[in-house]
Amino acid sequence: MTINAYLRADGRKGIRNTVVVAYLVECAHHISREIYYPFRENGVHLIGFPGCFPNVYSHKMMERLCTHPNVGGALLVSLGCEGFNKGKLLETIRKSGRPVKLLEIQGTGGTRKTIAEGKAWIEQTLKQLEDTPRVKMDIDELIVGTICGGSDATSGLTANPAMGRAFDFLVEKDATCIFEETGELIGMEHWMAKRAENPVLGEEIVKTVAKAAKYYATYGHASIGPGNADGGLTTIEEKSLGAYAKSGQSVISGIIKPGDVPIKGGLYLLDVVPDGEPLFGFPNISDNAEIAELMACGSHMSLFSTGRGSVVGSAIAPVIKVCANPATYKRMSDDMDVDAGRILEGRATLDEVGREIYDLILRVANGEQTKSEELGHQEFILTYKSFEPIGPACYPSAA
Amino acid sequence: MTQITDPRVLVLAPDDNVAIAKSDIPAGTTLTVMGTTVILKVKEEVGHKFAFKALKKGTTIVKYGAPIGVATQDIAPGDSMHIHNVTSDYIPTYTLDEGHQFFKEGH
Repeated sequence: MTINAYLRADGRKGIRNTVVVAYLVECAHHISREIYYPFRENGVHLIGFPGCFPNVYSHKMMERLCTHPNVGGALLVSLGCEGFNKGKLLETIRKSGRPVKLLEIQGTGGTRKTIAEGKAWIEQTLKQLEDTPRVKMDIDELIVGTICGGSDATSGLTANPAMGRAFDFLVEKDATCIFEETGELIGMEHWMAKRAENPVLGEEIVKTVAKAAKYYATYGHASIGPGNADGGLTTIEEKSLGAYAKSGQSVISGIIKPGDVPIKGGLYLLDVVPDGEPLFGFPNISDNAEIAELMACGSHMSLFSTGRGSVVGSAIAPVIKVCANPATYKRMSDDMDVDAGRILEGRATLDEVGREIYDLILRVANGEQTKSEELGHQEFILTYKSFEPIGPACYPSAA
Repeated sequence: MTQITDPRVLVLAPDDNVAIAKSDIPAGTTLTVMGTTVILKVKEEVGHKFAFKALKKGTTIVKYGAPIGVATQDIAPGDSMHIHNVTSDYIPTYTLDEGHQFFKEGH
């Protein structure tokens, strides 16, 4: 089965044809939302960065997101005086061949004029995007991320291992799969190291998780919340074991950091924990911060497992929600794409649900709407971080 | 050697010392786990853990064949196993209950 994709001028292939409205400081958020809101059901999504101070990480994230393969055009909204390097972002998007416009609120003449000008540009760009060329995309060109949120003790029994099976099926076809949240892999580092493509990468995996453990210890909280404990998860190690199951059984081909796009298929670990001394607070303040990073690494869509019952989707890239807990599925089936709790009830095997997720990935790549897309979920969040570039040992395939 | 386990219960790996409820199971239920008979002290919700053998304080708790923490008190067969009697070897778990506040003296 092949995918009918959207071809961008830079050669990348997307599974959605969206326009993003991007605010470059919180002061431009309201105007951006007013521009986007009337078009929210026509493929226009709202993203942005709230801070006034410049930051290398968030700049890179915005560049990657505004030139994401699912994005066909971008409207940048600036107050005018913030620290964000809007000229550089504008230039990067322009070079990618995507239609782009920068509106500076102070220069444009305030709220009303900026909203009017922004809406006019969106209308014109949506028309232009109707002519986006369609092209055949193979499974080996697909990038899929995975995340868990609102986990309970069933997540690691049903949804996560089933998503791991789907990842194994994808990696077999040479697709790119990305798993993440090293703070939820604490305790798994030595097992993961054995799955590395080579021993040097294995050592890097151990170091990466040690960095996460130190970072979280500094802030006094592991990545395990009160709801996780109510759901039967006792310790971060137990949560990690369940979370680790999302990665499946494939060989680990490399470690990437937010904004690194793998250049060949395989399974990658995304290191989401900042480098250096803990500086900007918790690594990811909520699940959508992780989805944003998966998208910045090129993920066309994300698999999201939940036991307690998360409802989120995402701007830019569809989210497939896999529900781990049978009781949660009964309560919240409107929000769930896959009922993995059937495994606990003895109504399906891990392999069957894994295959079901794989088939759904292909249908979603071909345009089928996920539940969160149908419901209009387009959550997005981006905050401050700092990273060193990945070392040569982290991505041996690229060398 | 086959060790009989009730279909309502999961033991994920042979070395595990925790059993898992596959659905909600009422308090007082008698269950066979790995050939041992236990009576549940409290209701176990889906996914929650209980002991099927006596575990001394300090015992490493094993699930999926891997350590998930350590017993903070002696645990009897049929006892529920959670934050009241098991703690992390890495970073303690924060809950909203009084008395389980994470930040402790001297931390």
